[in-house]
Amino acid sequence: MDSFGGMVTYASHASPSERTVAVLAGGLSHERDVSIRSGRRLAAALRETGLVVEEWDADAALVGRLTEHRPDAVVVALHGGAGENGAVQSVLEMLDVPFVGSDSRACRRAWDKPTAKATLAAAGLATPDWVALPQAIFRELGAKPVLDALVARLGLPLVLKPDQGGSALGVHVVRELPELSAAMVGCLAYSDSVLAERYVTGVEVAVTVIDTDHGPQPLPAVEIEAESGFYDFAARYTAGFARFHCPARLEPMVAKSVAELATRAHSMLGMRDVSRTDAVVTPDGTVQFLEINVSPGLTETSLLPMAADEYGSTMGTVFRDLIERAITRG
Amino acid sequence: MNTPGGEPAVTSRGGRSLDRHLARYAQRTVGMTASEIRALFAVASRPEVVSLAGGMPHLAALPLDSLAAGVGEMIASDGLTALQYGSAQGAPQLREQICEVMALEGVRAHADDVVVTVGSQMALDMVTRIFCDPGDVVLAEAPSYVGALGTFTAYQADVVHVEMDDDGLVPAALREALAALAARGRRAKFLYTIPNFHNPAGVTLAVQRRAEILEICAAADLLVVEDNPYGLLGFDGQIYPALRSVESDNVVYLGSFSKTFAPGLRVGWALAPHAVREKLVLAAESATLCPPAFTQAVVSRYLAEHDWKGQIKAYREAYRDRRDATISALEQYLPDGCRWTHPDGGFYVWVTVPEGLDTKAMLPRAVTARVAYVPGTAFYADSFGSRQLRLSFCYPTPERIREGVRRLAEVLAGELDLLRTFGSVHERQLSGPQSPSPDTA
Repeated sequence: MDSFGGMVTYASHASPSERTVAVLAGGLSHERDVSIRSGRRLAAALRETGLVVEEWDADAALVGRLTEHRPDAVVVALHGGAGENGAVQSVLEMLDVPFVGSDSRACRRAWDKPTAKATLAAAGLATPDWVALPQAIFRELGAKPVLDALVARLGLPLVLKPDQGGSALGVHVVRELPELSAAMVGCLAYSDSVLAERYVTGVEVAVTVIDTDHGPQPLPAVEIEAESGFYDFAARYTAGFARFHCPARLEPMVAKSVAELATRAHSMLGMRDVSRTDAVVTPDGTVQFLEINVSPGLTETSLLPMAADEYGSTMGTVFRDLIERAITRG
Repeated sequence: MNTPGGEPAVTSRGGRSLDRHLARYAQRTVGMTASEIRALFAVASRPEVVSLAGGMPHLAALPLDSLAAGVGEMIASDGLTALQYGSAQGAPQLREQICEVMALEGVRAHADDVVVTVGSQMALDMVTRIFCDPGDVVLAEAPSYVGALGTFTAYQADVVHVEMDDDGLVPAALREALAALAARGRRAKFLYTIPNFHNPAGVTLAVQRRAEILEICAAADLLVVEDNPYGLLGFDGQIYPALRSVESDNVVYLGSFSKTFAPGLRVGWALAPHAVREKLVLAAESATLCPPAFTQAVVSRYLAEHDWKGQIKAYREAYRDRRDATISALEQYLPDGCRWTHPDGGFYVWVTVPEGLDTKAMLPRAVTARVAYVPGTAFYADSFGSRQLRLSFCYPTPERIREGVRRLAEVLAGELDLLRTFGSVHERQLSGPQSPSPDTA
């Protein structure tokens, strides 16, 4: 690596076994705790593959660390906020640091849930009907007429999600009208805008897609059965609060449709290296896109490691290969 | 995916559970789940966030160089004892010194009745262990220390809260609670109380009430567990007489060096009537064999060779400055309709926000605004406290406190805006009923 005019140019000559990789985890988002767990687990998995791994927070020291220590590649294990909305990726691009994951523009498209849904719906993918509502509109037009119109459009139950964010933080399933107002306020605590979505019942699945030399490769779908019926934060991060079927118990044709949906979402949104699409298979066999994750969870209870195992690989191997791809493309 | 045991944990319903031991857990683990609120606090450790949440003492006030030298000398001279197993009851010399500390609060005690524990939290755990069966009732102030509530829950005790006001526990409310229990054919095992500079409420039990509370408990044959970690941290140097100083046979006193010295040492104690002490020693022995000899030796040497009373004075002055900064900022920034307690010691201010706001629901917004607090519901076993929050002023500098309160005020303004927008639409279902609380508006 050479330094020229203050800008570091990355062109690693280290052999794969000598690679130094920085895993970014932590950050300042609501998902800091989850990210730290993801980063720690990923770092351990990568060390098992022989890589030299540093674990760095995304803080005021990050740019200095990147320029001073010059890792061969960075893996972004940040969840939420700057780690997924393209901000950190923009900095990595400016510094010309190879990194695993989608570029900043794709992050911005995918991270904003209404934007991702609109992009995919326009391309013909099925997704539950939705409405995006910023907080300001309730103030300007009055909450009651807007909420009434929302219920008239989507019916009940409906799902409220912060328009940006993960780990089901701030997500509410509203079954009765009197719950709607409080749920909206609770959701707005996480973001200034809400994605309201028609509630769709069915089999909940998550499909990880990884880029390979042969194109995007969907890993086996993971089927989720939350004990409470709702795959909320507690169910996601308390071992035993959900049951998983991997591969998902789907008819072959439906399983194929699920894999196709995830692969198309990955490609259409310009995802790079890795993504995880969450979807629901309705009783009539339709596969509905729910959301796509720029930086899938890598914790002990996350879905990507499960899918990698079923694929006959490991999380460490998957990411080691993605690191090589990132270094090769520079 | 394989579990750590090697084989997938295939459940009887099919599919994989990530916890193959799920069916084996005791009933008391039911509440031990991942929590959104706990996860949000991870951000509080970042320097960008003003954390008014945790009760971390201001350790920068400690003479670290001098302490380091003392610890080094201690290892050189007494290392074979300090690094060895010790007595389950704790080191005799330290127990003597603890009696000298308690004497400042009027407690006359014999070192034989002191049990050294791994922080007073362990003492609380031991007390609950020896007294409470599942379903037993514990009386506690409303609100009460979150760590105590966690312990009571772990032992499957039912907590009944008793009202406080600006003068601490309300005697009439205690009588009513006892009568209500009796009417239901139930009886409390003990009253858990923090009489001085209460966590989280910041209030102190009025001296004139102390005898009355003890009389009520004696008449009801109710044991008193007096938790007093902040008793020597009165900002004007005032030291209130411990309940244990008035009544020795019916009070278990819990003390700690976490606030007067350093919490990392994890040295606390229980002072108990002789028969109770025997049980506590046996319970402690089964839990830890013995408290760490090393940290006991550090504390003992500190008490013997340092000006520990001067150190407490330094702490008091630092905390008084922080309390002043907190109150001043609250007065300057918080919107109408908020009120708060005025602590004259300890670490905490208890804030009540305007009706309709929910401090737990607004915590994510506060974290986004880079300020952290503890929602009031954490301090109740019965979902009260949604209008309250606890601010800890012990750790940040006065300047940071002011900035934190300013940010909190902005968050509250945003919440009030939301309330105006949504409040009149439907009957908003808040997370719990509104709580009675200390009120010094």
